[in-house]
Amino acid sequence: MMDRGYQVQISTAPFLHDTTDTPKLMWEVVYSLMPVVLVSFYFFGMSALLVIVASVGGCLLTEWFFNRNDQPGLSLRDGSALITGLLLALTLPPGFPLWMAFLGGVVAIGVGKLIWGGLGHNIFNPALLGRAFLQAAFPTAITTWELPDGKYLGVRGTNLAVPGYQADSLDGLTGATPLASMKFEQESTEILNLLLGNTSGSLGETSGLLLVVIGFYLIYRRIIQWRIPVGILGTVFIVTAVFYLIDSQYPSPLFMWFAGGLMFATVYMATDLVTSPLTPRGVWIYSIGIGILVVLIRLFGGLPEGVMYAILFMNAATPLLNRFSKTRVYGHR
Amino acid sequence: MKIKWPGNSITGTLASFKHGVHPNESKELTDHRQIERMPFSDHFILHLSQHTGVPSIPVVKEGQKVRRGELIAKPGGFVSVGLHTPVDGTVTAIDLFDHPKGQMSPAIKIKTDPFSPQISRQPPVPSPEQLPLNTFIELVQRAGIVGMGGAAFPSHVKFSVPEGKECKVMMLNGCECEPYLTCDHRVMVEYSQELLDGTSILQHFIGAEAIYIAIEANKPDAIHILDQACQVSELPIEVVPLKVKYPQGAEKMMISAILGDEIPAGKLPLDVGTMVSNVGTIVALSQYFRKSLPLVERVITVSGTAVRRPSNLLVPIGTSMREVVDYCGGLTDELARILLGGPMMGVVQKSLEVPVLKGTSGILALSHDEVSDFDTYTCIRCGRCLDACPLFLNPARLGLLARKSLWDEMEDNHVLDCFECAACSFVCPSGIPLVQSFRVGKAMVREKKARMASEKG
Repeated sequence: MMDRGYQVQISTAPFLHDTTDTPKLMWEVVYSLMPVVLVSFYFFGMSALLVIVASVGGCLLTEWFFNRNDQPGLSLRDGSALITGLLLALTLPPGFPLWMAFLGGVVAIGVGKLIWGGLGHNIFNPALLGRAFLQAAFPTAITTWELPDGKYLGVRGTNLAVPGYQADSLDGLTGATPLASMKFEQESTEILNLLLGNTSGSLGETSGLLLVVIGFYLIYRRIIQWRIPVGILGTVFIVTAVFYLIDSQYPSPLFMWFAGGLMFATVYMATDLVTSPLTPRGVWIYSIGIGILVVLIRLFGGLPEGVMYAILFMNAATPLLNRFSKTRVYGHR
Repeated sequence: MKIKWPGNSITGTLASFKHGVHPNESKELTDHRQIERMPFSDHFILHLSQHTGVPSIPVVKEGQKVRRGELIAKPGGFVSVGLHTPVDGTVTAIDLFDHPKGQMSPAIKIKTDPFSPQISRQPPVPSPEQLPLNTFIELVQRAGIVGMGGAAFPSHVKFSVPEGKECKVMMLNGCECEPYLTCDHRVMVEYSQELLDGTSILQHFIGAEAIYIAIEANKPDAIHILDQACQVSELPIEVVPLKVKYPQGAEKMMISAILGDEIPAGKLPLDVGTMVSNVGTIVALSQYFRKSLPLVERVITVSGTAVRRPSNLLVPIGTSMREVVDYCGGLTDELARILLGGPMMGVVQKSLEVPVLKGTSGILALSHDEVSDFDTYTCIRCGRCLDACPLFLNPARLGLLARKSLWDEMEDNHVLDCFECAACSFVCPSGIPLVQSFRVGKAMVREKKARMASEKG
């Protein structure tokens, strides 16, 4: 070849490749989160944006800091740290102190992802790990819920709290989340409010309808696997329905679907590619496991919400599921 | 035999297998171009190892004069075939030459007689309908006919149905699922009579209950022409359009699509009563028995955007790639890779001096736009490879095991079943060389098995 001045490369087949690469997949998730961010701004105003900025800032800085010797900024480009920051923020209450949100981001990326070896090597969903840390460290702040107040430019005083200083008065109106009022006062919330999102709760979890639409979109774009939402929501529905039919004191299946973080976590957390199993059989075990755990914790546990621990628990089982759940290979009956 | 009829005429869906991928077909470069006969070049290099199995044994000496169609090497065993010269000329060397697989390999070099009209004057072959089965098999072996889809497996071995087995369904493979390649497509359009004639010769000996010509739906002209030919044929033959999906043309995938059946691991299509042959092979059969022309030339596709005049050519076996490419107007500066075969399973070449083999279906000169060099990331366990693998293997897990050199575990995860269609590497968003590492894994597993067998023996 050289005599004609051609330079060819020697490599082995295949020579064609699909156009989708890992950064593209990640950025699609980021784009799909934008409506959720907008809706959280609609309900919770500037506070929502500030919490998001703090959490995303914590994630991106940590990602950059620990990869600064290896082509600075390269690992930021795949968008995965941005996803973690957004997901973490969207599971926090609107009045959450910003420094805590930032710290949550640092822990999510540092402890949730980088110490395992970075993208693709972590066992637990980084955003959920960050949130679990915040829940353990700041149990009061993370369960102080404020109702949507309709003030876009107003910032909640608790957002600006600094370490060591406890904001003594809340200037917003606090209200129990639908799950908490169910658990502690046996009071159900209108399904319509749950669908639209006009309730107290974390930033991204309140509008059930929007999340359903996004879920279908992500399945259609083949970013997430259809089996996981079907497994989780189906299990939650069936198990709750059994209890509800025995005694209507228990919440109805639809209430369980749309109250709290179940929809958000089903669409964005449980479907995390890295921390969910590979094989169809593994995925079924994983998602049914999450569904059962969610119902058990919500109905019989001490906490009103159980999605986070349910997913983290099944994340822990994922490496085992990957090892032991085999696919049925062609020609092997 | 249960036929899961192919597709549903009411809903208009086409039969196919599960999983698989959709690479850009890029067949528009050549699918409308008529087959041209390429002129004879000055010399030919005929490798003794053209096919799967034992190499052929030369029966000519250096300096000997040979005539077009004359046997120059005889079968080296049962899984081996004869080799013939495509031209009148002189044997100038029996030596080592570059083989497309990468190594040097023994071959016969023939210098073309410039004054010969190059007309085959081989003695007529007896009419196959009069022959007993074993003579037919012997003649097919002697004629050098091999599977022309790429693997070049000796056809007479495939046609010899062992005692106790029965061929109920014969499938003619015109799927041509590899992107770019259009040689089978053109053969079906331009040699439809020879195809049906070859089928009737084979059917005389096999006696299948049903014969299907499987064609991917992106070749409507071939489907139309063969469908008309089948309707007037006396054979139990039918055209089956299949969904366009890679690797539809793999034997196992065709059987899944048409019969809804699986070949048990490690078995052959005959174990489910099926025989699959490439359409080019059947045409070669007809040409040998009707025109006494052994397999000395074949249709190949020359394509890719780095070749100036993409074409379908009838090329004598042994023509060098350089001659073929020059005949097609040469290469452009955009050239990034040049390969023999399709872009999914073909073999990259470092030099243009290697010859066309019996199993060569195409020469592709791909430009930088066509072969995007993909960045590699870590596996994010997205599972796209699992959804791509037509055999339902777990490429993500196999890739991890290969990286850790855990060959035994790879064997437990059925790496030996992989036929290297490369669908997994094609879809991997992290650009991980999955199938490439499975080739290594398969070689390591086989080597270990061979070592253990020799220690025992």
